[in-house]
Amino acid sequence: MKVVIMGCGRVGARLAAQLDAAGHSVVIIDLNAYSFRRLSQTYKGKAIVGNGIDTEVLKKAGIESAEVFIALTQGDNRNIMASQIAKHIFNVPRAICRIYDPLRQELFATLGLETISPTTIFADLLQKRVEG
Amino acid sequence: MYIIIVGGGRVGYYLTEALLKEGHEILLIEENPAVCEVINEELGSVCMRGDGCEVVTLEAAGTSRADMLVSVTADDEDNLIACQVAKHKFKVPRTIARIRNPKNKELFEKLGVNVPVISTNLILEHITEEVPTHPVTHLMELRDKGLEIIEMKIPAGCACVGRTIKDIVLPHGSILSLIIRKSQNPIIPTDSTVLMADDQIIAVTPPQAEAELRAVLIGE
Repeated sequence: MKVVIMGCGRVGARLAAQLDAAGHSVVIIDLNAYSFRRLSQTYKGKAIVGNGIDTEVLKKAGIESAEVFIALTQGDNRNIMASQIAKHIFNVPRAICRIYDPLRQELFATLGLETISPTTIFADLLQKRVEG
Repeated sequence: MYIIIVGGGRVGYYLTEALLKEGHEILLIEENPAVCEVINEELGSVCMRGDGCEVVTLEAAGTSRADMLVSVTADDEDNLIACQVAKHKFKVPRTIARIRNPKNKELFEKLGVNVPVISTNLILEHITEEVPTHPVTHLMELRDKGLEIIEMKIPAGCACVGRTIKDIVLPHGSILSLIIRKSQNPIIPTDSTVLMADDQIIAVTPPQAEAELRAVLIGE
């Protein structure tokens, strides 16, 4: 599968390495080239420096033929905007978007985005641990 | 009207000040507490501290009874999301967003922002107005009608010079509404008006016919 990931933080870098190792074609984008140090030595995919909410950068990353786009920067709004660009401008079949704010996640899920809120997931997980 | 403004930078500050003077009810939302404090001291208690993209903040601001939300932070993504949350969660009838990157206009319109204001283009237009070699100036957009008002100067070498309005073929939907000639009163053109070099034309046209109109009035 052709996957474009925006944001090379811990999650982005790890996911990129995992997908790459599983045989998918991966392109990762980050504002800062220094972030690419997190990619594993064996990563064979592409790494592009640029802003993922800029259509030119997305084109360079091959968004037009991507099957999945995943937004994983620290900024909820940046992730939401990039996912909407992928979905509505480039017609990427799947755009997955991390949104920390649970209320914003709920809203944009109802607007048709595929959203994940780590806040909700982690809080639920911790509650289960606490309650045993 | 009750208008919510997101972003207390320069644009937000002066916008708040101007709209207050016009007698509107204004609430400005700004994240930085120091900035909030200054605004409240200078403009009265109009500024609320918070993130204008957050549902909770907008709820506290009474967004569901707002007539309009204007988002003027420095970041396109924040302006987009604030408008989308206002529109979809709180059913605000009109949303206006400031855009830095002109490429984002199409996306903003597609996603339901009523009026994307591209500051870069506004400045560009003022520059092009000053530069005589730039033949077309966009004066105004009539968004709801799908029309724009533009200004053009007919160059000496244009094929239309010396011909009457009746003789030139204007694109469908385009109208020449005013001719300004040196040392004369403005003329409302009729079929028999003869076009001259250096005529300044104010025209109303659908944006898609602009290139064709330009070819007629400027082309050689």
